[in-house]
Amino acid sequence: MAHTDSTHSVEDNHGSLKSYTIGFLCSIVLTIIPIAIILGGWLEGTSKAVALMMFGVLQFIVQLYFFMHLREEKKPRYNLISLVLGLVILVVIVAGSMWIMLYNMVAL
Amino acid sequence: MKSSSLKNVQKHHSDRHHSHPDMEEMRTFGFWIYLMTDIMIFGTFFATYIVLHNNTNGGPGPADLFELSGVIVSTFILLTSSYTCGLAVLALNKGKKQALIGWLAVTALLGAVFIGLEINEFAHMVHEGATMSRSAFLSAFYTLVGTHGLHVTVGLVWMIALMVQLSVKGITPVTKRKVNIISLFWHFLDVVWIFVFTVVYLMGVK
Repeated sequence: MAHTDSTHSVEDNHGSLKSYTIGFLCSIVLTIIPIAIILGGWLEGTSKAVALMMFGVLQFIVQLYFFMHLREEKKPRYNLISLVLGLVILVVIVAGSMWIMLYNMVAL
Repeated sequence: MKSSSLKNVQKHHSDRHHSHPDMEEMRTFGFWIYLMTDIMIFGTFFATYIVLHNNTNGGPGPADLFELSGVIVSTFILLTSSYTCGLAVLALNKGKKQALIGWLAVTALLGAVFIGLEINEFAHMVHEGATMSRSAFLSAFYTLVGTHGLHVTVGLVWMIALMVQLSVKGITPVTKRKVNIISLFWHFLDVVWIFVFTVVYLMGVK
């Protein structure tokens, strides 16, 4: 299994024109949809916020996968591990701030 | 036995020789760690903005200030520059120096247009009286968007310096690593902008 893994990573070690173009087209589509949601007024309130953030996260994954080559990393996946650490801290800071400052009305 | 130990020494030697690109790999990883700390900086600025974006102190709010059409253009410019930066890395891997410098130049040009549009937007807002000290919302806005713009500006200067270095030294393990690093930086800034665009602009206009 490790062997097939390594041949796979040699094949598209640094990406190809095809993978970059697919990534670019995906990112264009993932940008147009949220713009359409806003300009068309399709969604309101919380569902709008959730949908927009979802498209942002998908865009992030596309960039990591097609442009930053995170999937091609070799076994001790230090890049991925440090990314997870960064994202955990990000979520704690952002979600924690929102929870305390926006929804904890006792503080007011 | 002797020959095998000699082989071992030779093997060791060639490993040593190969440890040079490893060093460059370590440096690339070091840069990755820096990007992760940048996530935390932008995270705190996003948190500040989200918490304060309704505190307009009677001044203009997000819906009054933002013009979506201009920001949509900026977004597509930055997305395209992320793609051309990827094409530069492809040219690098094929060893095509001229194509590499050319795509980096296109990327830098698109980045410069992006910064120009942003400065124009800020100047327009300041002209309307929406300065950084007007309200907590505007302080948070300028800090968040301005920090991203500053990153892009630094990236531009760096990219120009790298183009000069490439044209003088050509593609070496060191310049190769530098191109890889700046492409990581550029894609990262693209991701940050997507969230700025989503959280600040798309959610800002009602």
